[in-house]
Amino acid sequence: MPIPSLSAFAKENVKSVQDYSLLAGRSLSNILGQPRYYADTLMQADLIGVGSLPIVVLIGLFTGAVLALQTSSTLQQFGSLSLTGKLVSLSMVRELGPVLTGILVAGRNSSGMASELGSMKVTEQIDAMRAMGVDPTKKLVTPRVIASVVMMFFLAIISDLVGLTGGFLVSYLLLGLDPNQYWTTGSQALRFGDVFMGLTKPVIFGFIIATIGCFYGLSAKGGTQGVGRATTQAVVAASVLIVVSDFFITKLLIGFFNY
Amino acid sequence: MSALASQVEQPESRLSQTDGPVITFQNVKIAFDNPVLEGISFELPRGETKVLMGVAGTGKTLILKLVLGLIKPDAGRITVLGEEVTKMREQDLFELRRNIGMVFQESALFDSLTVEQNVAYRLMEETGQLTDEIHGRVLEALRFVELEHTVNLFPSELSGGMRRRVAIARAIITHPEILLYDSPTGGLDPVTSNTIIELVVKQRDVYHTSSLLVTHRLQDAFTMASHYFDREQNKMVPLPDGTTRDLHTNFLILRDGRIIFEGTAAELLRCTDPYIREYLS
Repeated sequence: MPIPSLSAFAKENVKSVQDYSLLAGRSLSNILGQPRYYADTLMQADLIGVGSLPIVVLIGLFTGAVLALQTSSTLQQFGSLSLTGKLVSLSMVRELGPVLTGILVAGRNSSGMASELGSMKVTEQIDAMRAMGVDPTKKLVTPRVIASVVMMFFLAIISDLVGLTGGFLVSYLLLGLDPNQYWTTGSQALRFGDVFMGLTKPVIFGFIIATIGCFYGLSAKGGTQGVGRATTQAVVAASVLIVVSDFFITKLLIGFFNY
Repeated sequence: MSALASQVEQPESRLSQTDGPVITFQNVKIAFDNPVLEGISFELPRGETKVLMGVAGTGKTLILKLVLGLIKPDAGRITVLGEEVTKMREQDLFELRRNIGMVFQESALFDSLTVEQNVAYRLMEETGQLTDEIHGRVLEALRFVELEHTVNLFPSELSGGMRRRVAIARAIITHPEILLYDSPTGGLDPVTSNTIIELVVKQRDVYHTSSLLVTHRLQDAFTMASHYFDREQNKMVPLPDGTTRDLHTNFLILRDGRIIFEGTAAELLRCTDPYIREYLS
């Protein structure tokens, strides 16, 4: 395989960023225009939301449980075991709930979108759609973006809730904490800024998951091998972008709410 | 073919409706890693069929994609139905493309939709659902290609030739003003190829649709130039010897990014260019 020159490599990457930005922008502007594909959006919401629910619940539950288990020994050294509820709730709501849900949904749905759209691309179905006067960004991308954003919002809430439940089960059954104490310290620890942060992140992550999945799918070329490559790239890029954007959102909101 | 052809509707000819070419290419150039088209110019008059030929990689499929605006040229001007596609935004092209039907080389049917949903795709975009009227039009289009019985099948359940015919049904369901066929007989056996060409000839002679047809098969090209669709017999028949009926079909041969021949079948056969003689042999 020939090694591309530095300028060709840079140009290609800048063009990819430009194409991604255009696609992401168009997926948003399409929301205001006609036609609107309600059936496609509902179908995607079912695939993304309901389809991801079991894995999100399972991972959320055990993350909350292991969080309580890991922190209890440290807290016990300072005689602060009673703060387990506070620690689990802040960690789950502000960080682990949205990020873990985002990475899980990225692994499951960014790959699905990239492979589905990639297969359509390499078999000329996307061109056929355009040739028939149908805008693929309206028909394929926007419903996935709306469904991902809405479903990520609710999945993160569910993940937070089951994470707290997991933490509670460990605190109550293994550490012998008072249930009332766990839930009271947990809920009292949460301020508006924490909840706002915990609900903003999944919305942005949902947008990243859908736009990255669709972008790599629509950019696929080179037959089945190209589809496989697009699928892998979509999962990696979405996961990395989620973690990187998480840092910046956190930094921004910490500054905004004066923590 | 003839048994079902009797059910074809008999629309009015569109030949007299407007004058002027439906497609014009003026000095169109495009290159990828290497130049592919180097200053192509031609016109497709209304009601005409132009058969594009040339060896693989000469840009025949590319010309069809340029007509649709799926790809933009590096230089030159392309007008389709009076609109300059080279200057149009993607959003504006969608409206124009609704007047053009395209049959892709590998059919490009939506594999997760049934034959009926595939054929009705364009109409369902307008209504949002499969109405009785759309169902009727789907059956009419499928009857045209003799595949009425495949309505509820998925593309994966069809043979290559059947998929190609469904693709034709999908392209013609809205009675587009222009049809673009990208190697509609490629990879098919001679009998199925003949069935496909008969459908193309029927579309040409019954609906008088302007079309560009890409083919590698000389036999298909000359069949189109020597046969017409007889409505009384409901089948494609050869022109009687000695007749000079205008079948509104001519040829365009590409070589190294340029047009090296444009004319009728008779002119092509008389051509003395060594490359063309070799190509035809």
